[in-house]
Amino acid sequence: MNEKKKLRVATASLAGCFGCHMSFLDIDERLFPLLDIIEFDRSPLTDIKHCGPCDIGLIEGGVCNAENVHVLHEFRKNCKILIAIGACAINGGLPAQRNHLDLGSCLTEVYLTEPGLIHGHIPNDPELPLPLDKVHPLHEVVKIDYFIPGCPPSGDAIWKFLTDLISGRTPELGHGLLKYD
Amino acid sequence: MSDTFQLDGKEVAFESGQTVMQAALTAGHYIPHLCYHPEFKPHGSCKLCTVEVGGRTVASCTLPAEANLNVESNTGELNALRRTLIQMLFAEGNHFCPSCEKSGNCMLQALGYDLEVHTAGFRHMYPDRPLDASHPDILLDFNRCILCELCVRASAEVDGKNVFALAGRGSGKHLIVNAESGLLKDTNIALTDKAMQVCPVGVILPKRVGFTVPIGERRYDQRPISAQALDDAPRPPSGARHE
Repeated sequence: MNEKKKLRVATASLAGCFGCHMSFLDIDERLFPLLDIIEFDRSPLTDIKHCGPCDIGLIEGGVCNAENVHVLHEFRKNCKILIAIGACAINGGLPAQRNHLDLGSCLTEVYLTEPGLIHGHIPNDPELPLPLDKVHPLHEVVKIDYFIPGCPPSGDAIWKFLTDLISGRTPELGHGLLKYD
Repeated sequence: MSDTFQLDGKEVAFESGQTVMQAALTAGHYIPHLCYHPEFKPHGSCKLCTVEVGGRTVASCTLPAEANLNVESNTGELNALRRTLIQMLFAEGNHFCPSCEKSGNCMLQALGYDLEVHTAGFRHMYPDRPLDASHPDILLDFNRCILCELCVRASAEVDGKNVFALAGRGSGKHLIVNAESGLLKDTNIALTDKAMQVCPVGVILPKRVGFTVPIGERRYDQRPISAQALDDAPRPPSGARHE
């Protein structure tokens, strides 16, 4: 057994659009050398439902409902390094554009009073996680170790950040890779 | 013969009456700044240009240059403070870059990039600031205002119109439009006004041209703001251009 132990990586999308995951896949053929040194735990790519002990957790999206809070705590408990990836995870992003509005009136307008709705009702299936009053960036709920800004960050930015981190350098993005849009 | 002062250990020549910022930019040395504009009287409000002189921190855009000053600007400590200021400006408004048509041309964003601001740092305030889309050719998005007063200064000093003003105090301070209705359509602002050209962020926007230049091909996509600010600096007319 002289094979080096692979780093275990978990990923999740909370109040996100999976754009950051798509961008992660944009590292294209570099996924192969990456998979020589990492393996995936819980992730939409593996469909593993719960996170075990991991070296790195990548979370896209902010926290907009009760389930997001549980998933985020599960990641923080299990991941040695937790990374917020993308605008929503870092400052709430698009979902947080509702933060200056009252949640009740948002739901009323979308499901009850919007013109063209017939027999509208606010979804109340017990399976649905309850929305939070406000959308929160990840760092307001748990400690976050690193942040990769962008909407989404480019595949190149994600690659640079992860390879810096995995090889023990301080991750740096620099001009052209650090983007907020 | 002009006198000199020291900026980060380098000799900088200045003319009498120049500020530290003016002399530094003229000599080709960049000091990060946001509310300073070479064509206007310094305002000293954003504090991004804060430097250290004799153990005191001062805004370099309002500090008169004096012989033998020892000015420190590009230090780890000052740049950390600048990062904090940027984070506070982002947290105070609704700066949602992914939907802003100024993205790539925005000085606040470009300074964030240049100073490597990766994190929000503060709890965002998500204020409620409705748009003013009343004018047929101009949109006002107050969500992004950083209260630099450049539009106020430009409208009053150059356009002679006083279209904009700041009202309120402290955290309630905000940009207003000088019309009884409070709406831009009831002012005499024109697309050709100086006030249309000076907003460092995405508040005052001409309509229908937002994405003429695509995202990714804009000013600060090309080169960092620190490499470009010197292009706008007042320079000696010829021959004496510093590199």
